[in-house]
Amino acid sequence: MTETGTLRFSKEHEWIRVEGEGRAVIGITDYAQKELGDIVFVELPSPGDSFEKGDGMAVVESVKAVSDVYAPFSGRVLEVNAALEDSPELVNRDPYGEGWLVVMELGEPGELENLLTGEEYARLYPTDAGRKSDG
Amino acid sequence: MGAIEPGERQENDEVAGSSDHRARRTALYPCHLEAGARLVQFAGWEMPVQYTGIISEVEAVRETAGLFDVSHMGEILVAGEAAADVLQVLCTAEPGRVPPGKAFYTFLCNERGGIIDDVIIYRLAPDRFLVVANAANAARVLNRISEKAREDAGGRVSVEDRTEDTALLALQGPMANPSLSRLAQGPAQRTALAELRPFRFIREVRLGGTGCMVSRTGYTGEDGFEIFVASSDASGLWRQLLAASGADIVVPAGLGARDVLRMEAGYPLYGHELTEETTPLEVGMGRFVSFSGGAPFIGRPALERQAAEGPPRRLVYLVLQGRALPRQGYEVLYKERSVGRVTSGTFSPTLRVPIAMAMVEAGSDSGEGDGKDEAGWAVVIRGEPAAASRIREPFYRRRRR
Repeated sequence: MTETGTLRFSKEHEWIRVEGEGRAVIGITDYAQKELGDIVFVELPSPGDSFEKGDGMAVVESVKAVSDVYAPFSGRVLEVNAALEDSPELVNRDPYGEGWLVVMELGEPGELENLLTGEEYARLYPTDAGRKSDG
Repeated sequence: MGAIEPGERQENDEVAGSSDHRARRTALYPCHLEAGARLVQFAGWEMPVQYTGIISEVEAVRETAGLFDVSHMGEILVAGEAAADVLQVLCTAEPGRVPPGKAFYTFLCNERGGIIDDVIIYRLAPDRFLVVANAANAARVLNRISEKAREDAGGRVSVEDRTEDTALLALQGPMANPSLSRLAQGPAQRTALAELRPFRFIREVRLGGTGCMVSRTGYTGEDGFEIFVASSDASGLWRQLLAASGADIVVPAGLGARDVLRMEAGYPLYGHELTEETTPLEVGMGRFVSFSGGAPFIGRPALERQAAEGPPRRLVYLVLQGRALPRQGYEVLYKERSVGRVTSGTFSPTLRVPIAMAMVEAGSDSGEGDGKDEAGWAVVIRGEPAAASRIREPFYRRRRR
């Protein structure tokens, strides 16, 4: 179970959790997974791939819609969530936990300054309401 | 994440997440809110795209039953002695030869044989027909019939838009029949409903006390019924249909599930497979074009010519390897050559694979008529070809019980 309050958010519906040692986990928000509906495919980058902030780095496909996931900051991909290959529905079931997408190398912590707090994100997208995830 | 875009970019399609207060609402709107539906705008109507989720709703329809609100469809009543003659000019069937109590699927075509709409027409009586049109095309179909009635029948045929006061519910799935039975009044009606053959209808049935017209039709590939009821009685009937068999048997299902179900069953949809630039012959629906009767209809010469020469394009069914989804407009390759475009695509919850319908050049494939699945196909998804096999039959056929 994850407090959304400890996360940072992008306006593009990604969440970012700093794990220390220059690592940050990235996923999509509860609001986003609800908007998309049943997720049936997640196209992930490979570990080692580098992205500039704003680059498309993953694709999430639901039955009705396809959506890009953009790098919320610049850096290199360290790990990807291989479980999503067989179980993309984890993103629906547990968006802040088992449904994480990638771990990225975080160079400058300052990169996160422009991201939103849980409260700010919840104000923009009230469905999420800063509540706890179901995971 | 990017703007959450619908995979299918059709003008009349829903736009995920948008709801326009100018949009029309069906009589069942309060029921949808109650059931926690996600509403989207579709062809000018605010409609439920899903309740619990598209996949679970598809599974319910295949395993038990789903209840759909399709009241956005246009209902047009055509009445008068010359009603059959007016419709004959406009559609590819022979309305005059259909007996009262029977419905038929047909196309309204333009002069080039292109499809203006695909409709189901119910012959209510020798001189009365009910035309059910796609929501996006309803106004156009109404105008076309009205115009023809004025020109050819000089006021002897009345054309009336009944969309507003008619609600249309579709109860679909293997448990549709037993579920409907529970609301039928007495054994005679129960038997009549159970034994109703496909494309037949009963004009007057009482379901839980509500007067309805019930037909054995649907758009899901399952057994099922479509129920016409006065808008004022619709929400009561909706609740009764859900309650009569228990919530785990009949579940509300939205337009998202309906679209996936029709793709699995291989049914074409207007704006996808069917357009004004596509003929019924190109989508493999030649059996709904009646050349045998001598009656002339709009588009007949063009369609006859195409039937003689062979249609230049054809509709194919593709099963994809991998998990990326084919969407409308994606390029289709056969042996690495571009041969056409995807018209509809989705993840099939029943087959657990991505599926697509595509319009391709005729003769682009080699194994014409050998009855075998055929490899060598691909759909270009985000610049990468995803391998596919062409299958000869629609993706899903229900087992007859």
